[in-house]
Parts: sequence; C-alpha cells; structure tokens
Amino acid sequence: MATLIFLLSAAALLQFFISYCRSLIAASIRQPLSAEVRDVAGIPNTASGEDFARVIQLLDLCPERPEERGHIRAINAYFRLLNFVRSTLARLIPALVTWTEMERGQCTYFAAVTLDRRIAFSRDMLAQQIDA
Amino acid sequence: MPGYIGYLIWFLGAALEVSVVVCALAKHSFRRYLCLNLYMLFSFLLSVGRFYVHHQYGLGSSQYKYFYYSSDALLTIFLYLALITLYLHVFDEMKVEKYVRLAAIILLAGTALFSYGVVEQSSHKMLTGFVYELSQNLYFVGLVLTYVLWGAILKLRESRTQLIQLVLSLGVYFSALAANFALENMFPNLQFFTYIVPVFGCLLPLAWAYAFLRLAPDARMATARLAVVPR
Repeated sequence: MATLIFLLSAAALLQFFISYCRSLIAASIRQPLSAEVRDVAGIPNTASGEDFARVIQLLDLCPERPEERGHIRAINAYFRLLNFVRSTLARLIPALVTWTEMERGQCTYFAAVTLDRRIAFSRDMLAQQIDA
Repeated sequence: MPGYIGYLIWFLGAALEVSVVVCALAKHSFRRYLCLNLYMLFSFLLSVGRFYVHHQYGLGSSQYKYFYYSSDALLTIFLYLALITLYLHVFDEMKVEKYVRLAAIILLAGTALFSYGVVEQSSHKMLTGFVYELSQNLYFVGLVLTYVLWGAILKLRESRTQLIQLVLSLGVYFSALAANFALENMFPNLQFFTYIVPVFGCLLPLAWAYAFLRLAPDARMATARLAVVPR
C-alpha cells in the first residue's frame, strides 16, 4: 500500500512540478528582453537551450534578489529534468526532441528575463547609494 | 529536528510564513485569499508555540510530542480548508459553493473516521496515533483533491496566474509530503526524512509569497500551456 501511495505521489509531484515551472516561465515570457541583455547573453532572436548555462553564469555575477532565488533553482532543476528526458526518453520518442528543445529555450528566456531584472535592481541600488 | 540546521530551517520557515502575510497585505490580496493567509498566520503562531514548548520541556519530552502532533493535525485540517477555499475560487461562477462545502465536510469526517478505525485496531497510543494517522491520510486526500482541482482548472480554462500558481505550489507540497510519508512507512529506520518535511514547509510559503508579491491579482495566462500533456 505504501509503495502504491509513494508511486502515485511521486507521479503527481513530477506533474505538479513541471506545471509549476511552466507557470513561472509563462508569467515571464511576455516580458520583452532589453537589447543590452540580448547582447550580453548572446540571444539575438530566439532563446536556445544551449545558452542556458551562459545566462546562469551571468546571473551568478549579479547581486541576487531574495524573492527570485527559489525560482531560479526550480527552473534549473526543470532544465536538468529536460536534459535527462532529451538524453533518454527522447531517443525512443522523437517527438519529445522538439518539445524539450522548445522548453529548454523557454528556460533560457526565463533566466534572461531574471538577468534583466537583476541588472535593473543593481542599477537602482547603485543610484540610491550615489544619492545617499 | 535537533541541531543547528534544524533550528535554521525552523526559523526560516517561520519567517517565510510571516512574509506570505506581509506580501499579501502589501499587495491587497489578504482578503481575497483570507483562508490561505490565516493558515500561514496560524502556522507561524504554532511555530512560536512549538519553540516555546521545546524550550520549556525539551525535544524528547512527551509534552513536546503531544503539542507537535496535535498542532500538526490542526495545521493539516486548516490547510485542507484552505484548499477548499481555492475550490470556491475556481468554481465561484458556477454557484456550487454549498455543495463544495458539504462535500468537504463529509470527506473530512470520513477521513477522520477512517483514521480512527486504523488506529483503534493497531495502536496503544490513541491520541498521538490518531493525529499522526489523520495528518498522513489528509495529506493524501489533499493531494487527490489538488489533482482534481488542477484538472478542473485545465478543463474550465481558468486563467488567473496567481490562483494557478497557488494551486500548483500546494500540489507540489501535498505530493511531496504524501510521498515522504509513504517512504517513511517503507523505510522506518532512515534518518534522511527528518529534514524533508520542514524543508518543504519552507518551500510552500516561499512560493506563495512570490505569487502574492510578483503577480498582479488580475494577471492572466493561457492554461493550455501548462498541461504536461499538450492540449
């Protein structure tokens, strides 16, 4: 009985986690990226999964905002899950390749939007310090 | 949950619970999600109460155990009621409030009776056994109800971003705790689970605080995008 409950709960956890991450991404996808971040992150038109690691490295260079910490980690975990699916299940089901690629690109876009916010936040902090 | 890390998670959890209420008040969402905010407030007060009892009697005392398990059952019931209010939000245009409430009470009473039945047959410690069994069963019932609610959100094309994120984070919380309880039953000697519940106890208020702080109450999104299976 415990095994059955565990399997059901784990399946539900996975589904809720994926949907939650997609809701975080969907909330940020409408926000346009500044030209500056596009240049810095190397995203001229469409964000690709290949750029994710670079954008995360850039994010680590900026002072983080406490309320975004958990969400970057969630998206990072989601990105790793997508990589895992791409290297395992997607080999058996080719349709998953397109889907994981699209999702990985959206993860990158989410990270780039967060980078944009952090840069703006750092600028505000600096301006406040200069004013003070 | 002894030790430095245990205290850290404890205080962090309590601080995050307060931050949910503060964020909701700051963004004028307190009354809209009254039950969720009251749950967080109640949870914070019980964290303070637990710390007081722990300080007075010690972690291994029977007083602390009774207080911990009783307050945990109360919190689970409160969270169950908070989940029902999310149902009321989703179904508010269908005028089925009365039926949702009735079904929720019947389900809660049924779960309590089932838990009592299980404990009566197998345990000598009736009170702690009952509250532990009730919490465990309510987490699973909560998980099933959240899953049904998520299905209803997708079916009804509910598009309020804040409501969707509140429901999904609750789903993650319930499923993680239900999986944790099941694992505890499968491997009762593993110490690894000690920190799991408090850590997930921190993640829920973090997700709710974010939903209140960052998302406008009237922000919308296309729900079809969120389904794991494309629609």
